[in-house]
Amino acid sequence: MTLTHHAPPAGEAPEADRSSHRWAGAGALAAAAVGLIAVTALIERPHRSGASDSAPGRTRRGLARFGKHDVVGRTVTINRPRADVYAVFKDPAQLARFMENIHKVKRTGDTRAVWTIAGPAGVNFDVETEIVTDRENEEIAWRSVEGSEIETRGKILLRDAPAGRGTEVEAVIAYKAPFGEIGRAIAALFQKEPAIQGRRDLKRLKMLMETGEIAISRNHRPTSQGD
Amino acid sequence: MRALTWHGTHDVRVETMPDPEIMNPRDAILKITSTAICGSDLHLYDGVIPGVLPGDILGHEFMGEVVDVGPGSTLKVGQRVVVPFTISCGSCFFCEKKLYSACDNSNPVAKQDISETLYGHAVSALFGYSHLTGGYPGGQAEYVRVPFSDVGPIVIPDHLEDEKVLFLSDILPTGWMAAENCDIEEGDTVAVWGAGPVGLFAVQSALAMGAHQVIAIDHYPHRLELAQRLGAKTINFRETSVLQALMEMSGGLGPDAVIDAVGMESHGFALDNVMDTIKQKVGIGADVGHALREALMAVRKGGRVSIPGVYGGFLDTFPLGALMEKGLQVRTGQTHVQRYTHELLKRIEEGELDTTFLISHRLPLDEAPTGYANFKNEQDTWTKVVLKPGGV
Repeated sequence: MTLTHHAPPAGEAPEADRSSHRWAGAGALAAAAVGLIAVTALIERPHRSGASDSAPGRTRRGLARFGKHDVVGRTVTINRPRADVYAVFKDPAQLARFMENIHKVKRTGDTRAVWTIAGPAGVNFDVETEIVTDRENEEIAWRSVEGSEIETRGKILLRDAPAGRGTEVEAVIAYKAPFGEIGRAIAALFQKEPAIQGRRDLKRLKMLMETGEIAISRNHRPTSQGD
Repeated sequence: MRALTWHGTHDVRVETMPDPEIMNPRDAILKITSTAICGSDLHLYDGVIPGVLPGDILGHEFMGEVVDVGPGSTLKVGQRVVVPFTISCGSCFFCEKKLYSACDNSNPVAKQDISETLYGHAVSALFGYSHLTGGYPGGQAEYVRVPFSDVGPIVIPDHLEDEKVLFLSDILPTGWMAAENCDIEEGDTVAVWGAGPVGLFAVQSALAMGAHQVIAIDHYPHRLELAQRLGAKTINFRETSVLQALMEMSGGLGPDAVIDAVGMESHGFALDNVMDTIKQKVGIGADVGHALREALMAVRKGGRVSIPGVYGGFLDTFPLGALMEKGLQVRTGQTHVQRYTHELLKRIEEGELDTTFLISHRLPLDEAPTGYANFKNEQDTWTKVVLKPGGV
């Protein structure tokens, strides 16, 4: 695939494109893309056998980045059964409600899709992904297609939380920030950096699933009172 | 609508603001009939709580009439309700454990980042407070939007007038939880720092829970008199050595439980306070903690420490040794209001609890800035201000 940056197409209805996509999971988390060989181990074996403790690899000191590649991950417990959480990840209409910066998703095959992701300062990025694993109620994993100039790879893992507390949802994504350090700094400034986006998307998912709505503190719509 | 807005330290104004709308399915809109100024509003007024922005509508103690509901609300238009100051979803891990003020889902996602960094975990949302706690417009206004209106608000029977039930929104449950956190046993002496609204309700609650004696500590004569009227003994810290007096008044044992109903803007010219205040003024170290330090020194070995007083940041020279070596238990937190409203409403209805004694002043909403100034500067006589958006 290629990286492009362009203005959002005027008048296009993102929902229509999103609804054509089958799984659409966690693409928002892949707000950038990745070159990945060195970090594959962190994705494939988050609990590395060689480690001296049982913590996820991404939490090890100095190992959150490999050269220019970042690995981010976050776990959230959602007070709902695993099947319900999995169903949301399979439903593009639901995904669109909690993933903030997905501009559009275009399906390009049974397991392939092109994601248009809103980057900082109005710049959009296209990333083409394919699903590499889809285990019902357990795991959805993706990677950017082979031969891509820029790569990303990641997965959503679902586990039963203990004592009926619901489902532990773990998202792990490896990516390479577009334009390197400067890109990362700008993205963080505009809060569209994958670690921030991913954390916020997961929290919005939790709100949606536990309460049926996403918390908003504004008490009126921007247009209604002219502000 | 008219609403009281914050513009900076000691600068609040009543302005015309956009009317609230239903934003989410479980919302309701209230027309406010009564709303009070809280001691923690004074922390905002004094500019010591981070994350308050110019134009924010304050107020987290309010009640009113339901005028609009979303499809997910269980309220009906026309009902009179009191609203807890804590916003809680009712269905997360914490709400299911009745830890309502720890709700995971009420604070908008983008507002959670700061408290997650500052406290290790994102805090829940409160009405009319800081953007750390959601930045929800408050109830010192003609109208307010109430999220999760199927969980928080409690419907009030028509025969109970506003002033009998208004304090179910915060200070009555807060005083009650402060006393409950003391695990009061027969024979217990409970010492309460601060005879403001929460301290006075803590006195009342501790006596209702069977404390042998309650000792209120303050320096305002009228507030100490109110505490006495509720049945407390008193210590005026301007005249009396608090630690010595508490030992003598508890048979040389020390209080079994202590309540810090003062919080981060402790008064008095003890050395630690002066240092803390200087640091607060220059913005390093947010909390002034003489009352809490003294409470930790005063409490008996193995005693219970209850902290309803508000703290927002860090405290130096904290007597951690006293905490550990005396084997103390500490319980604190924003009040889990929804846990207490039904029981306390029943006690009010049955005449067991009266909260109206506290109200010293009633003002129309437009005079709210006067209310703030006097509540801060005339603490002896301005014990509680109730604002009436519909006029007094």
